[in-house]
Order: sequence, then structure tokens, then C-alpha cells
Amino acid sequence: MLKFLGRRLLSTLPVLLVVAVLVFLMLRLTPGDPAAVLAGDAASTEQIAQIRQSLGLDRSIPEQFVIWAGNLLTGDLGQSYYYKTDVSTLIAQRLEPTASLALITIVIAVVVAVPLGVIAAWRFGGALDRSLMAFSVLGFSVPVFVLAYVLIWLVSLKLGWLPVQGYKRLADGFGPWLYHLILPAFTLSVIYIALIARVTRASVLETLGEDYIRTARAKGLPEAQVLRQHALANAAVPIITVIGIGIALLIGGVVVTESVYAIPGLGRLTVDAVLARDFPTIQGVILLFSFVYVLINLLVDLSYVFFDPRIRY
Amino acid sequence: MTTPRHAFDASPQGGAPSLSAQPDPRLPMDLAETLSTESASVVAQPTAWQRVRRNGSVRVGAVALLLLLALALLAPLLGTVDPTLFDPASRDLTPGKQGEITTLEGETIKHTFVMGSDSFGRDIYSRVIYGTRVSLIVGLATAVVAMAFGIALGLCAGFLRWLDGPLMRVMDGLMAIPAILIAIALVAMWRGSLLTVVIAIAIPEIPRVTRLVRSLVLSIREEPYVEAAISLGTPTWKIMGRHVLPNCVAPLVVQGTFICASGILIEAALSFLGVGLPPDIPTWGNVMAEGRAQFNEYPHNIFFPGIFLAVTVLAVNILGDGLRDTLDPKMAKRL
Repeated sequence: MLKFLGRRLLSTLPVLLVVAVLVFLMLRLTPGDPAAVLAGDAASTEQIAQIRQSLGLDRSIPEQFVIWAGNLLTGDLGQSYYYKTDVSTLIAQRLEPTASLALITIVIAVVVAVPLGVIAAWRFGGALDRSLMAFSVLGFSVPVFVLAYVLIWLVSLKLGWLPVQGYKRLADGFGPWLYHLILPAFTLSVIYIALIARVTRASVLETLGEDYIRTARAKGLPEAQVLRQHALANAAVPIITVIGIGIALLIGGVVVTESVYAIPGLGRLTVDAVLARDFPTIQGVILLFSFVYVLINLLVDLSYVFFDPRIRY
Repeated sequence: MTTPRHAFDASPQGGAPSLSAQPDPRLPMDLAETLSTESASVVAQPTAWQRVRRNGSVRVGAVALLLLLALALLAPLLGTVDPTLFDPASRDLTPGKQGEITTLEGETIKHTFVMGSDSFGRDIYSRVIYGTRVSLIVGLATAVVAMAFGIALGLCAGFLRWLDGPLMRVMDGLMAIPAILIAIALVAMWRGSLLTVVIAIAIPEIPRVTRLVRSLVLSIREEPYVEAAISLGTPTWKIMGRHVLPNCVAPLVVQGTFICASGILIEAALSFLGVGLPPDIPTWGNVMAEGRAQFNEYPHNIFFPGIFLAVTVLAVNILGDGLRDTLDPKMAKRL
């Protein structure tokens, strides 16, 4: 197990390195001079040159990468060109809303999608099954911002049940925090529900054909127990896997959702940074999101041992 | 959905009857039982094209897309005005209101704003109809660009051993960055134009195509007919073109439709966030972005383009599901 853990950890390092190189190159090898942007319109050529030198932008690309990667390892993501503060500080300030949104979304998605998928597989071909499959195609097709506006219009404007926009910090109380996050999290969870429910259904459907299910039923176990302890338990690994892979969808959705609901999180920070051509902030946010994605999928791989004791590393 | 048999159906192993709507000619023996329960009258195996044409999802998706294509091509004939025209006198009209609009020649004409007008006095209906063109072009072009690069890279990775490792590590890295973030960053750096938007959206899709082609190449390479070709001294490029690529067509067509759907979605999201195509180009995302500030009073500015966007993506997805069922049963069973 320890040996596997070490090997698996080592195997993520090249991926993280490639991500770092790609993110660095992507934003450095594109036209546009950040020094000129930073200096503003009124700046003289000397001022621009001075800023370029102080940022290290006058060095060669490999040199710039080594400096940048070295700083990265010490947790220094550089200075934001636009906000004039440390990118790591900026990210830390914006982390709470995004983490809260993502967490509530995952909770909603799993709580809704897994039972739906199990029941759909159990009553395979029935009304619920067919509507779930139709819903999931729909869920993949309706863009998250369109859905967001439909829900704002219906739930917030017409019914007045939930706030239209905004975010309350957890420090302001659990109630207001949840109250402001329910609608965004539900919006974001729809595509995730579609994905997880579909995989749950397919996976449970497969286990339901196994001999041990027939045995469990034959010995008179209640159907609920058969489904939970025998079918779902054996179908867990693909479900956990898709939850991990779906994090990429979730991150993409966060950017759009935060923009619609005016949540001051990392997604908003990304869009603002892009509009301001704030390279270090863009790099920092993309790196953070990618690393989180890779690490979550690492954890998913490791959790197989827990969900399926037959798997031994 | 027109058919209860859906794309992501997984056949239970050895349990209930199989779900494959049509038997796969590649596996005639395995599915003999299915055949006998499904229909007794199957004498000749239908060709792939026949199976595709008979599939309900394919029909629904294809008809919807043809209608959208007709809208896009016939846009000038459908009672639209130039989508960039505006008239301060016709600002913020609700759907169905009469108003006037000034043409580029300076002539003021009466116009019915079927979907209302935006805060500049532009006709939403015209912008939405013309927006169909942009979305269809972006979807198709994204799929073509991603496929072209993905196929080339996948063939290289599958055939050139020394390149396989490094190339696939780069692809792993690219796949670890969420697609929309790559697209946002690239478009912002290059400035939005149709070409840059298409390339920016296509780049994060390339690894998926590369992986698919590489895995197909690796399995096809082991086939006896490829071995035979190699032993006869056929050059590698000829083996790729004659033996490997034709066997990749079906899975690639399926993959292509899903890239098309995601390309349309991401373009709309980029424009909506203000980091996509320039705001004067009529795209659904741009129309929605313009409608944001006044959503409380004029929700239709967002709803009309939103409906078109959702229906288009839905049509492409349904078509893709149908194609997967008929062309690529192995993939259909995996999910």
C-alpha cells in the first residue's frame, strides 16, 4: 500500500510539471506586453522598460520559467499586475466562496443523483428511468448560465423565496451563508446530477445482473437492503471515479455561476483578471484549479481501497 | 426523447435482455440470442448507414439541426434586419412591439420587434437568428480543428514509439486544466475573433481525440491484416491511411458531435462572460451578456437566445447519442 502510494504520488508529479509549463507558456508566449499594460497609457518608454526589468520580463523565456517555478515551490505566485498584491493573498481571500459553492454543489449532487440512479436501475425501463435519461441529456445541453437566469427569474423574482445575487461569508452565520448559496449550488449541481445519476444507473444496472443479487433476494433480504448493501456497494467505484472526473465540469461551471450570481470567488477573480490581462493572477488561479483537480483524482484513486476491499495495492 | 432505449444504457452482464437497438454486425455470434428476441425477421445485416438512418435519436437530432441550418442560411429572408442596426427611439421594447429602425442608408423603416429590442434599440430577433450562424460555424469548426490535430497527434503517438511517452504526458497535463479556463485565457490573450475563439476552444479538446485515436491505433495495429501489410513492406503512412483511419471513422464521428456540442456551449459562455467574440458580432452569448444588466425588467433578452442555445446543443447531443448507439456500440456500453 505504501509502495503504491509513493508510486502514485510520483506519477502525478510529471503531470503537475507539464501543467505548470503549459500554463506558463500559454500566457507568456502570447502577444501583448504586460509591462505596457501595467505602466498605463501615459507611461514613457523608459518607465515601461523599468517595469519590464523589475518584473524580470526582459530575461529569456527559460530563465523566466525557472524563476517563476522556483517561487512557485515556496508558495509565491507572484504579484498581481492589477491588484498590486500577492496573488496567493488574493486567492486566499477568494477561496471561501468558491470552496463553499463547490462543497454544497457536490453534496446536493451526490444526495440527489445516487438514489435517483439506483432507483432508475432498479425500475429499469420504467417511467422514472426514462425521465431520468431524458433529464440527463437535457442537463448536459442547457448551459449553466441559462439555467441560472431561469431559476433566478422563477425562484427569486417571481416567487421571492431566495436572494437574487450576492454572498454572505460563513463568519456572518451559517443560515445567511446557506441561504445565499442554495440557488447557485443547485444551478451548478444540475449537470453534475445528470452525470452522476447516469453513471450510477449504468453501474448499478450491471451489478443487479450478478449472481450475488439473486442470492441476496433468494435468502429473503428486504429489497432496500439488497439495493444498498449489495448493488450500490459493488457499484461504488465507477460512481466515485465519475465524481472525481466531474470536478473539471464543476470548476468550469463555478466560473460562470459566480459571474451570474455575483459571488466574489475564484471564478470571478479569473474573469476579472483576464479582462485586466493580469498574467500572474490568471496563472495562479488556473494552476490552483488544475492542481486541485489532479489531487482530487489522486484521492479518488486511493479511495478505491476503501470502497472496494477487493482492490489491494 | 422519442425512444426509451437510450444511449447511456449499459447492458447488464448476462442478466436482462440486451438493450442494443440494432445488432452489431461485427459481433454476430455474441448477439444471436438478442437477435432472436428482438426480431425474428432479420435476414440481411443492415449496413451501418441503414442503422444510423433508422435510429430515432439520429432522426430527431438531424431534423432539428437541419432546421437550424436553414434558419442560419435563410436569415436575411426571415423578416430580419441587419443585426448591427440600432435606433435610439426603439430601445427596450417588449416582444411583439412595433417600432422603427434606421437602415445603413439612413432610411427609417417600420419594424415589428418580435423578440423585443435591447438597450441600444437593436432587434433581438435579428440578432438571435443571425447568431445561429455563429454558433453553428463555431461548433463545426471546433470539431474539425480538434479532430484534425487530434488525429495527427494520435497517429503519431500510436505509430512512433519514441514520441508516445512525451506526447501523452503533455496531453495528460493539458487534460488536467479545465477546458473553459484554457479557452478563457487563450481568447483573452489573443483578442477575440472567430478564428482565435475556435482555436482556443479546440485546444482543450485535442487530448481527448488524441487519446481515442491512439488507443484505436494500438488495437488495430495488432490486427492480422495490419501485420500482413507490414510484412509486405507497406509504408507506414499507407497503413495509416488505408487500414487504420477507416476503422477510426465511426468512433471519431461520435466524438466529433460531442466536441461540437461543447464548442457551442463554451463559445456562448465566453461571449456571455465578456471574454469571447467582440460584442458587436451577434452571438447568443453576446445577446445574453447585453441583457444581463436589465434582466429584472426584460428577462426575454436572455431567455430567447438561451432557448436557441439550449435547443441547438440538445439537438447535437441527441444526434451524438444516436450515432453512438448505432456506430459505436462498444462505447455506448461503457457509459
